[in-house]
Amino acid sequence: MTSSSVPKRSRSAMDASAAATQALYGASDPGLRIRSIVFRSALLLSMTVALIAIIGIISWAVVEGGQRLSLGLLTNNPSSFRPETAGYRPAILGSFQIIAGVIALIIPLGVGAALYLEQFANKQRWYNRAIELNIQNLAGVPSIVFGILGLAFIVRGPLDMGFIAAAGSATIALLVLPTVILASREAIKAVPPSLLEGAMALGVTRWQAVWKMVLPAAAPGMLTGIILAVARAIGEAAPLLLVGAATFVTFDPNFWEGGYSALPVMIYQYAGRPQDEFHVLAAAGVLVMLGLVVVVNSVAVWLRAKYERTW
Amino acid sequence: MKELGKEKLMAESASTKEEVFSLDGVNVYYGDSLAVKDVSFPIYKNEITSLIGPSGCGKSTILRSLNRMNDLIPGARVEGDLQYHGADIYGSDIDPVQVRKIIGMVFQKPNPFPKSIYENVAFGPQTLGMKGNLDDIVEEALVGAALWDEVKDRLKDNAFGMSGGQQQRLCIARTIAVKPDVILMDEPCSALDPVSTYKIEDLMMKLKEDYTIVIVTHNMQQAARVADKTAFFTVSSNDEEGSRTGVLVEFDETGKIFSNPADQRTQDYVTGRFG
Ligand SMILES: Nc1ncnc2c1ncn2[C@@H]1O[C@H](COP(=O)(O)OP(=O)(O)OP(=O)(O)O)[C@@H](O)[C@H]1O
Ligand SMILES: [Mg+2]
Repeated sequence: MTSSSVPKRSRSAMDASAAATQALYGASDPGLRIRSIVFRSALLLSMTVALIAIIGIISWAVVEGGQRLSLGLLTNNPSSFRPETAGYRPAILGSFQIIAGVIALIIPLGVGAALYLEQFANKQRWYNRAIELNIQNLAGVPSIVFGILGLAFIVRGPLDMGFIAAAGSATIALLVLPTVILASREAIKAVPPSLLEGAMALGVTRWQAVWKMVLPAAAPGMLTGIILAVARAIGEAAPLLLVGAATFVTFDPNFWEGGYSALPVMIYQYAGRPQDEFHVLAAAGVLVMLGLVVVVNSVAVWLRAKYERTW
Repeated sequence: MKELGKEKLMAESASTKEEVFSLDGVNVYYGDSLAVKDVSFPIYKNEITSLIGPSGCGKSTILRSLNRMNDLIPGARVEGDLQYHGADIYGSDIDPVQVRKIIGMVFQKPNPFPKSIYENVAFGPQTLGMKGNLDDIVEEALVGAALWDEVKDRLKDNAFGMSGGQQQRLCIARTIAVKPDVILMDEPCSALDPVSTYKIEDLMMKLKEDYTIVIVTHNMQQAARVADKTAFFTVSSNDEEGSRTGVLVEFDETGKIFSNPADQRTQDYVTGRFG
C-alpha cells in the first residue's frame, strides 16, 4: 500500500506513531538519551554490587579456608580444643539425614498438593482460592517463623518428637513445601491440556489420565523444583537452631533420637569462637557447603536441559 | 463401572436409519453466557454428519457436548434433551467416563501422547483393562486407521517423529483401539496438507461402515465430499443484550444443503457469500 492511498485520518496516526518511535530510538532528544544512559548505568551498578559481594564472599572463603580443605575436614569429628584436626563429620551426616527426610516428605506432599490444586480443585470454590493464595504467601514467610512453628508443634506440642534430626527434617520440609508446590504447579501448567483431553477422550478417568499422562510429562519440571528446594534446605540454619541443631555434637547422629547438627549450624558454631583457627575451619566449611549446593544445582540444570520438551 | 443402561442404549431400531443421537432443544452455557441455543437434529448410524458454520457459532461446543467432553470445562452446562440410543446422555445414572469410551473424539491439532507409536495405541485398551492380546489390538487399530504399513517397522519410535497426517491417523487409531461406537472429529484436517487430508477423508469413508462419525469442518468441499448429512449453524447476535449465540439454521442431506438449501443464510454461506 502506498502512502498516498492511506486515508487522511490513518495518515496522521501513522505520522504520530512514527514520531514517537523516533523520539524513543533517535538521537534527536538529548534529554531522553541522558536519561537512558543514567538508567543503564544504575542497572549496571546494582549488578556489579551483587557480583562483587558474591565474589568477595567466595574469595574470602577460598583464601581463608582453602588451606584446610582435605578429606579429614569431611571425616573428622569436631573438637573444641584442636581446631587443626577438627572436622564436620557429624554435621555433614546430620545434613544428609535431614535432607533425606525432607525429600521423603516434600515429594509426596508437594506433588500431591500441586496435582490437587491444578487438576482436581474447583477454582470457583472460595476455599481452593484461599489455599492457593496462602501457599503463595507462605513461600515468602521468613524461615525463623518456621523454626518457631517447628519448635511449638513438632518438637513440643502435638507431635512432641523432641530435639531430633527427624524434627529438623519436618521443619525444613514445611519451610520449602510452598516452593515445591508452586514449582510443581508450574510444571503441571506447562503440560498442554490437549494431553489430558486426549487421554480422557478414550474413556479413562481423570485420575488415570493425570497419573499416567500428565504426571510423567510434568515430572522433569517438578524434579527441578524439588532439587532447587533441596539446595535451599541445605543452607538453612536459622530454623534448625530452634529445633535442636544448636548442640555441639561429636558423635554420628541418629535420625530418630539424640542430638544432631547440620552443616550450616556447625559453621555458625565455629565462626562464633574467638580463636582464628576456628574461623579458618568455618571458611573451609563454607567451601564444602558451596560445593554441595553447586553440585545439587548442576543436577537441576542438567535435568532441565535433558528433559526440556517443546510441545 | 456403570453399564450405561446397556439395554436402553443398544435399543433395537426397526427402521433402516437408526438414530444414534437425537438432540431436542439443546442449550449449552459457559457460565452465564448461552453459547448455543435450541439445537435439534438427529444423527444417524453409520453415516457421516458434518457440522459447518462460521467461527464461534458453537460447532465444537455441540460436538463436545455429545460425549461430555464439556464436563472438563468449569462452568459449562447443557440443558435440553440429548439422547444417545434413547438414553439421556446427561441423565443422573450416566457415567461420563463411560460415555467417552463409547463416543470417542479426535481433535483439531493432532495430540499424540509423548510416547512410542505402540504405547499411544495401547494406552486406552491397557488402561481400560480390555480383554485380548494387546499386540493384536494395536495392530488391528493401526490397520483400521490405514497406518499399519507405514509404521509396522517402527512401533517403538516416538510418535512425535511422525508427520502431522500420520499423527492424526495415529490419534484415530488410538480412538478406535478402545472400540467406540461413535467417533467425533473436530476439524481433524485443518492442520494438515491436502494429501494427508485426502487420506483422512478416504479413511472416514471406510470407517463409517463400522462407526457413526460426526465431523466439524471449515472446509466446504470436505463436507460436500464426505458427509451424508450436514448441519449448518450460524451466530445470531442480540444487540439489546450484546450477546452472541449459536443457532442451528438448517439440517438436511448434504446434497440438499449445498445445492438447494431452504434458508438464505445457508445459501450465502455455502456459496461463499457469507459476511
Ligand atoms: N471454554 C470456553 N469458555 C467460555 N466460552 C467458550 C469456551 N469455548 C467456547 N466458548 C464460546 O462459545 C461460543 C462457541 O464456541 P465454539 O468453540 O463452539 O465455536 P466453533 O463453532 O467451534 O468455532 P471455530 O470454528 O472457531 O472452532 C463462542 O462464543 C466461544 O467464545
Ligand atoms: Mg471449533
